[in-house]
Amino acid sequence: MSLDYSAAVAANRFGLGARPGELDLIGADARGWLEGQLRGTAPSLPATGLRSTADILTDAAAIRQQLLAQRRAAAGKPAAAESTEALAAVMRLPQLLRPIYIAEVQARLRNAVATERPWVERLVYFWSNHFAVSVDKLAVLGVAGSLEREAIRPHVLGNFRELLLAVEQHPAMLLYLDNQRSVGPNSVLAQRAARRERRLGLNENLAREILELHTLGVDAGYTQADVTSFAKVLTGWSLGGGYGAGKMQDGASGLFLFRPALHEPGAQTVFHHRYDQPEQAQGRAVLTDLALAPATARHIATKLARHFIADDPPPAAVARVAQAFQRSGGDLPQVYRALFEGGEAWQTPLAKYKTPQDYLLSIYRGLQLPVADGPKSIAAFDVLGQRQFAPGSPAGWADRSDDWDGASALMKRIEFADALAQRLGGTRAVAELGPQLLGATYSDETRVSLQRAASDGQALTLLLTAPEFLRR
Amino acid sequence: MNRDQPAPINRRALLKLGLAAGGAALATRYSFAAPAASPSRFVFIIMRGALDGLSAVPPYADPDYARLRGELAIAAPGAGDGALALDGYFGLNPGLTFMHEAYGAHELLVLPAVATGYRERSHFDGQDVLESGITQPHATQSGWLNRALVNLPAARHRGRESGVALAQNVPLVLRGSAEVASWSPSVLPDLDDDTMRRIADRYASDPLLARRLAEALATGGEVDQSPAQAMGGDAAGAAGAGGAVGNAAMTAVVRSTAGRYIETVRTAAGFLRRDDGPAVAVFDTTGWDTHFNEGGAQGQLRTRLAVLDQSLSTLKETLGDVWPRTVVLLATEFGRTAAANGTRGTDHGTGSAAFLLGGAVAGGRVLADWPGLSARNLYQQRDLKPTLDLRSVMKSVLHEHLQIASGALDRDVFPDSSAAPYVAGLLRNNEA
Repeated sequence: MSLDYSAAVAANRFGLGARPGELDLIGADARGWLEGQLRGTAPSLPATGLRSTADILTDAAAIRQQLLAQRRAAAGKPAAAESTEALAAVMRLPQLLRPIYIAEVQARLRNAVATERPWVERLVYFWSNHFAVSVDKLAVLGVAGSLEREAIRPHVLGNFRELLLAVEQHPAMLLYLDNQRSVGPNSVLAQRAARRERRLGLNENLAREILELHTLGVDAGYTQADVTSFAKVLTGWSLGGGYGAGKMQDGASGLFLFRPALHEPGAQTVFHHRYDQPEQAQGRAVLTDLALAPATARHIATKLARHFIADDPPPAAVARVAQAFQRSGGDLPQVYRALFEGGEAWQTPLAKYKTPQDYLLSIYRGLQLPVADGPKSIAAFDVLGQRQFAPGSPAGWADRSDDWDGASALMKRIEFADALAQRLGGTRAVAELGPQLLGATYSDETRVSLQRAASDGQALTLLLTAPEFLRR
Repeated sequence: MNRDQPAPINRRALLKLGLAAGGAALATRYSFAAPAASPSRFVFIIMRGALDGLSAVPPYADPDYARLRGELAIAAPGAGDGALALDGYFGLNPGLTFMHEAYGAHELLVLPAVATGYRERSHFDGQDVLESGITQPHATQSGWLNRALVNLPAARHRGRESGVALAQNVPLVLRGSAEVASWSPSVLPDLDDDTMRRIADRYASDPLLARRLAEALATGGEVDQSPAQAMGGDAAGAAGAGGAVGNAAMTAVVRSTAGRYIETVRTAAGFLRRDDGPAVAVFDTTGWDTHFNEGGAQGQLRTRLAVLDQSLSTLKETLGDVWPRTVVLLATEFGRTAAANGTRGTDHGTGSAAFLLGGAVAGGRVLADWPGLSARNLYQQRDLKPTLDLRSVMKSVLHEHLQIASGALDRDVFPDSSAAPYVAGLLRNNEA
């Protein structure tokens, strides 16, 4: 007779790691527990005093303007007089943005520890990674968190098209992939500039990554010509305030703004379709078609199945999820259901190696650790190799064991777990914790190693480094 | 995180202990043979994000260069902020002062128009090809450098691992069946050996974790004394500051992480210097994706190149008498558009520059079959046309420097590289 892994799979694979009591709550109805979380409105972060993107970018733009003015004023002076002042001035932007970043990560972490809908929260993390921005670009340091709050959370239980439109119009994405100043070669602005012998033109970064990463996927068969045409379509998708091209300062600061003067006039052909809509409607039409394209359904289904079933998911599971995507026109709850309707995820417990983020969240939830104020509480993400909102590229964090199971990475988990266990000492009843967190995946070998431990602290280290705790 | 009884552990000792006790988890096939003299070293530096070769190695004498590049163009040597002189046609980006010295010392070979076999423009597929050595993206889960290590002559395989990656996890280029290590600095305290032994016992039945733990223990011992300051510092956004902040911000902000990177390189070079150190190492660098405000003689790209340049100088200095037996290859997944784009940057392209650096390199030369930048000579009327296959460079270096048999190189390491012939004369003849 085989063990029933379903509660452990639900809590640890689909959720963020069991909290004490969670496996009992799930009981024998793992599917019901997942299904229940898909009902109702998408959860927002509890009131936390976090600021809006527009607010943050308005402050950042003001500092940028001051810096620009200072640099102009300093242009004629000797370099020495400039340097100390200039350096202090330059640090003002990170000084504004870094506390905002820390507050965002803490709010997100606190919510992950406390939430009773951890499966929906994991889906938020999934989409945040699918539509990745990276804070190693200073321009998005303050707004990576607000992108997730404003564009991803509201649509996580909605439709993919709405999610896509919200993300691609969000200032953080436009800044990250450099679209705010991309100018059509025949636009009003480019022609005006040409008369003054200045060259303005396209930046194809956003267009390429939408096709390759956000929608169709790299093997869908689009060409360089599609990328260039789509980049023309997206000209004018910009921001208000001090983020426009040239000297443009108009529009509400830090909000999405379509700037007609930057837009390339005329029809464009993108991925076999011709688009002759005016202005912003052209981009919306392209994104709508991309959202519903069969290649997009396959691409999203593959990534979801890889995240929730296995590094190399069974083709039948991918096909089923892709079909649910297409049949429902991208209705996300129906897509999610297709993930757990089949048996694949339930029959293969521990198929996924935890990322550092998975690992830390499962520790925070399992031990119900408090999240202190100040930067130290989030330093563990850096130390274990997954600094929050910093995947380093628009492809986001990788999602395969190979990318996370390195020797040095393992040693850091062991050292981290041990340091934590030393700090907590005998404050946790570790022997009871094993079955509470790991359910049917809790092995006899780990049980025995915990029983034989020399101290509660050592037992906790052994639990947090057990093979079944390193996987989900 | 305080602990009551700091119990430092010598992991080397533990490893031996584990082996002596027959602990399955710690059983490794690392050799502890006495080191022989003068092993060669190969360092591969991946420049992720698509380096703009035309700015790293500006062809200032090409008649189309200044026109295409506009404000990104770097002037001829001698002009204010001009390129650093090479051969009268090409120069080096003004940020690359150490590399320029190395060129003068005949230790830098400049390859201004190279590419892998990949001809699309996705970073992620392009990096996969650069690392796997196979032209079809995602065709394999192993990297060319690991497959080369499998074929390393036994006499040269005297370290415990033959390869090390400067990262927490091993990048694709070093993944595969040969034992490799990954290393990154740690601020966390060591475990007491009793706890470590219990963890090792528990992993004995888990092949992946047993292998990883053994690798970590084998690498850990001699580097634990490395300075911890390399981690943890200011985690502010590192790069890409655009707009009004401009270059000063880039310099200032990059500096805080640049120091960290250079310290890490210094420690890694310490590994390589050891007699029983690894034969090859891989360093990852990022941030070369300059779509916006790239800068020319000054600016974002120059700043980043200067940090890289400084880390190379550190590498040479730390390697000391191993430097004459060292080859460093710097390469990127593809290049960028020949013309500047509309936002003072460049978009994804094809041909880019690569570099061979080190005491074993027959340097002081630019190796170019220069295709030119006129419209009809550009690849798809858009990008620098590559005239040298990176696999030719990789194969030749592996063959000459690490003595890997050409049969193995053509069959296992670069199986679809028959169109990429070996290039003679990249390295000095007197190399052991």
